[in-house]
Amino acid sequence: MTTHNPHHKYTLVLIMLFMGSFVWAKTWTICPTCEHNSIKQTIQLAVDHDTLVIQKGTYKEFEILVDKPLVIKGVEYPIVDGEKKGEIFRIVSDHVTLDGLFLINVGVSYTKDNAAIRVVQSNHFLIQNMVLEQLFFGIYLEKSSKGKVYHNRIIGEAVDEYNSGNGIQLWYSSDVEVSKNHVQGTRDGIYLEFSDQITITDNVSMDNLRYGLHFMFSNHDIYTRNTFENNGAGVAVMFSKFITMKNNTFRKNWGTAAYGMLLKEINDAEISGNTFEENTIGINIEGSNRIQYINNDFIGNGWAIRVVGACYTNSFKGNNFLYNSFDISYNSKLNDNKFEGNFWSSYTGYDLDKDGIGDVPYRPVKLFSYVVNRTPETIVLLRSLFMDIIDFSERVSPVFTPDNLKDVQPLMKIRP
Amino acid sequence: MLKILKYSFYDLIRSRWSYVYFLFYLALGFVLLFLNNDVSKAVITLMNVIIVLIPLIGTIFGVMYYYNSREFTELLLAQPIRRSSIFMGQYFGVAGSLSLSLILGLGIPFLLYGLLKSNAIFDFSLLLVTGAFLTFIFVGLSFVIAISNENKIKGFGYAVLLWLFLAVVYDGLFLMSLILFEEYPLDTFSLVATALNPIDLSRILILLKLDISALLGYTGAIFKKFFGTDLGFLVSIAILLVWTVLPILGLRHKAKKKDF
Amino acid sequence: MTIEITNLHKKFGKNQVLKGVDLTIDKGSIYAILGPNGSGKTTLIKSILGMVIPNKGAISVLDTPIKKNWRYRKKIDYLPQIANFPPNIKVNELIHMIKDLRNSPSAEYQLITLFGLEPFLNKKLSTLSGGTKQKVNIVLTFMFDSPLIILDEPTTGLDPKALISLKELIQKEKTNGKTILITSHIMQFVEEVADEIVYLLEGEIYFKGSIEQLLNRTEQTDFEHAIAAITTTGSHA
Repeated sequence: MTTHNPHHKYTLVLIMLFMGSFVWAKTWTICPTCEHNSIKQTIQLAVDHDTLVIQKGTYKEFEILVDKPLVIKGVEYPIVDGEKKGEIFRIVSDHVTLDGLFLINVGVSYTKDNAAIRVVQSNHFLIQNMVLEQLFFGIYLEKSSKGKVYHNRIIGEAVDEYNSGNGIQLWYSSDVEVSKNHVQGTRDGIYLEFSDQITITDNVSMDNLRYGLHFMFSNHDIYTRNTFENNGAGVAVMFSKFITMKNNTFRKNWGTAAYGMLLKEINDAEISGNTFEENTIGINIEGSNRIQYINNDFIGNGWAIRVVGACYTNSFKGNNFLYNSFDISYNSKLNDNKFEGNFWSSYTGYDLDKDGIGDVPYRPVKLFSYVVNRTPETIVLLRSLFMDIIDFSERVSPVFTPDNLKDVQPLMKIRP
Repeated sequence: MLKILKYSFYDLIRSRWSYVYFLFYLALGFVLLFLNNDVSKAVITLMNVIIVLIPLIGTIFGVMYYYNSREFTELLLAQPIRRSSIFMGQYFGVAGSLSLSLILGLGIPFLLYGLLKSNAIFDFSLLLVTGAFLTFIFVGLSFVIAISNENKIKGFGYAVLLWLFLAVVYDGLFLMSLILFEEYPLDTFSLVATALNPIDLSRILILLKLDISALLGYTGAIFKKFFGTDLGFLVSIAILLVWTVLPILGLRHKAKKKDF
Repeated sequence: MTIEITNLHKKFGKNQVLKGVDLTIDKGSIYAILGPNGSGKTTLIKSILGMVIPNKGAISVLDTPIKKNWRYRKKIDYLPQIANFPPNIKVNELIHMIKDLRNSPSAEYQLITLFGLEPFLNKKLSTLSGGTKQKVNIVLTFMFDSPLIILDEPTTGLDPKALISLKELIQKEKTNGKTILITSHIMQFVEEVADEIVYLLEGEIYFKGSIEQLLNRTEQTDFEHAIAAITTTGSHA
C-alpha cells in the first residue's frame, strides 16, 4: 500500500464526509470557554490528520509543538500570545498546515533565534493567512522543503539590527514557494541561506532595517513581481549562482548606504524587466560576472549602477536610464562589459539617418563619478558649478574614464 | 543712513533691472513648477541656479550701481551726512532690493502652488535665506572692489574674477587638494574648506536638507552630523554673517579714507 | 573768518596736488578760485567739503575744525560740477529728498519759478537736458539758507536768461551777508561777480587779491588778459 495513491486519499475524504464525524479525522474546536481551551493540550489529544479549529479569543501559549500532521486553523484571527517567553509554534512533522492565526509577542533572545513559527526538518508544510506582530524572527524554515508560505502578514518594529530577526528565513531548505506575503519592519524581510529552487513571487517587503530580500549561498532561485520599498537595501544577492530576478520593483531604498539591489560575487544571473526608482544606488555590483541586465528601468536614482571591483562579461541591453544623478559609476579604467541599445535621458546626440539609434555614442560615466570613486570625500562638490564644467569637458574629450565604456547604439526614444 | 537706504531702495526698485531680475525669478519659479509639478524637485533645480546666479548678479549689480551713482554719491557727500551712512545706505538699498526681487519672484509662484501645505516649506525658506545672504555678501564684496578701484573696467574685472574664484576656481583647488592628500583623513579639511566659501557653504546647507544628501554617503554623514545639529546650523549662519559683515567693515574703512 | 586753511597738503599717488596751501576766506565776499587745469582748484574745494581727505594741514569752517566732522556741511550749499542725479527719480522727488536729507528750511518755490522748472517737476531726471539738469542743480543749492555757498562751474549749460538769474541770485546772497566761493572758466562771469581772486598754480596760492590788484600787478587793462599773464609776471602775492 502506498499513501501517495490519490485514489486512496479521495476514499478517505469520502468516508469523512459520509460519517460526518471523527472516527478517522476529527475536528477539534478550541475556544477560551470550551472544553478544549488550550492549543497545546488539544494537539496532544489529536491524532494524525485531525483539524484544530481555533475560535476567536486570546490564547497565552508558547512553545507549541506540532509533532503530527495537523491542520490548525483560526476563525476570525484568534490571538496566540507568546508573552515574550519564547517561540510560539514549532513544527516538526510533515504535512502541517497553519492558517489564519494572529501570533504576537515572540520572546527576544540574544542566544536563540526565536521565531513565531519554526519548521524543522519537515516537508509539505503550508503556512498561510497568518498575521505576525511583536516578533523576533517570523517564519523560520529549517531544513524543510517542498512547502508553501502564502499570504502572510509580518509586521515587526525592528529598531536595531542586533536585537531584531528576519521576517521569513529559509535555511537549508529547497523547493519552497513564498508568495503574496507582506513583510515589514524586520531585519531582513526574506532571508535565504543555502536554499535552492525557491520561488519568491508577488511579495511586498518594506521598511526593513537591512534587506528586503537577502540571498546567501543559494542557487537557482527565482523572484518575480515583488516590491521592495524603503529598506536599508532592497535586495542583496551574495555568493549565489543562477538567480533569476524579473519584474520586481525597487523603490525608495534611500539612505547613505542604501541600495536597490546589491550584487556580490554573483555569476550567471538574469535581471530583467525590473524597475529601480529613487534609490540611492540602483544596483551596486561587486565581483559579479556574466549577468544579463535587460529591459530594466532606472528612474531618479542617485547612482543607477555602481560597479565596484572586477566585473566581467556583463551585458546591459534595452534599459531605460532616466534622470539619475549618475548613470554608471566605475572604479577602474578597464571595461569588459557591454552597453548596447539603452535609452539615456541625458543623451544629447542626434539621429540623422532616423533609425531610432543615436549616431554618436553615449558615455555614461561622468568624470565626477570617477573622481568620487577614487576619493570619496570629493562628493562634497556635488552639484557645484566646477564639477558641471569638468564633467562637460570630460564628455567632450574623455581622458580619465574608460574609453570603450560607451553605448554605441543609444536609443533616441525611451523603450516603452 | 535710513534715508539714503530709502532713496537708493526706491530708486532701484523702480529701475528696469530690478524688474528684469524679479521677472526672471518669477518665470523661473513658474516654469520649474509647471515642468516638475513637484515642489521639492523644483527646490533642487533652483538651488543649482541660485548658487551660481545670485553671487554673479549680486556682484555685477553691485559694481554697476556703485559706478553709475558715483556723481550722485558726490552730491550726497557734500550734504551734511556721515560718509559711512551714504555707503551703507546704498549698499543696503542694492542688496535689499535684489533680495526682495528674489524673495518675491520665487515666493509668489511657490505660494500659488500651495507651498504652505507642502513640507518643502522649510527647504524653500532655507533656499531664500541663503539666497539673501549670498546677495548681501556679494553686493558687499563688489562694493568694496568698486570703491577701491576708480577705473570702472578694472573694478568690473576684479569683481567678476572674485566671483569666478569663489564659484569655480575655489572648488577646483579644493578638489585638487582632496585628491592630492587622499591618504590623509580629510573630513575636517573638507568641512572647513566648505565653510570658508559662502557659495559652497550655502550649497551644502541646502543639499543636506534635501533627499539628495544621501548621495553624499559617509562624508555626507559627517557633514550632517555637523551641519545637521542646531549648533552646526548656528555656526553656518554665523559664518555667513561674518561673510556679510566683513565686506561691510571693509566698505566703511575704505569709505572713511577715500577721496572723491 | 568763514574758512581758514593752514598748510594743506594733498597727494594723489605720486602726484602732489596741494603743496601747503594757506588761505583765509572772509565773511561776506565772493571769491573766485582760478587756476589752470590740474592746479588743484577742485581738490581744494573738495577738501573744504570733506570729500578729499588731506594728508597734512588743517581746515576749519566757521571756526570748527572739519576733521572727522560732518555736521558743519549743514552750513554749506554746494553746487557740484556735473549734475548727475539718480535717473529714476522725478525732479520734485529729488528736491524733496535733498530737503529731507538736510532737514533745513528751504525756499525752493521761488527758485523753481525763477528758472521756469514747473513743467519738469514730474519728469524723471534721466529725461532732462543738460541745461535743465543744471537749473535743478542750482535750485538744490540755493534753496537753503546757509552762510557759505560753494559753486563749482555754475554756468555750465545755462541759457543767457538763466545766467542772468544766476548772477542776480549770487548778488542777492552776497547782500544777505553770505560767503561765496566760485570756480569758473568763464572769465567774463568771474569778472562780473567776484570780489576777490584766488589764483592757484601747481598746488600753491600764486595770487590772492581783488581784481584791481590783479590788474595792477600784471599791468594789464583787461581781466582775461591779466589772468593769462599772471604766471609770467612778478613774484608771489
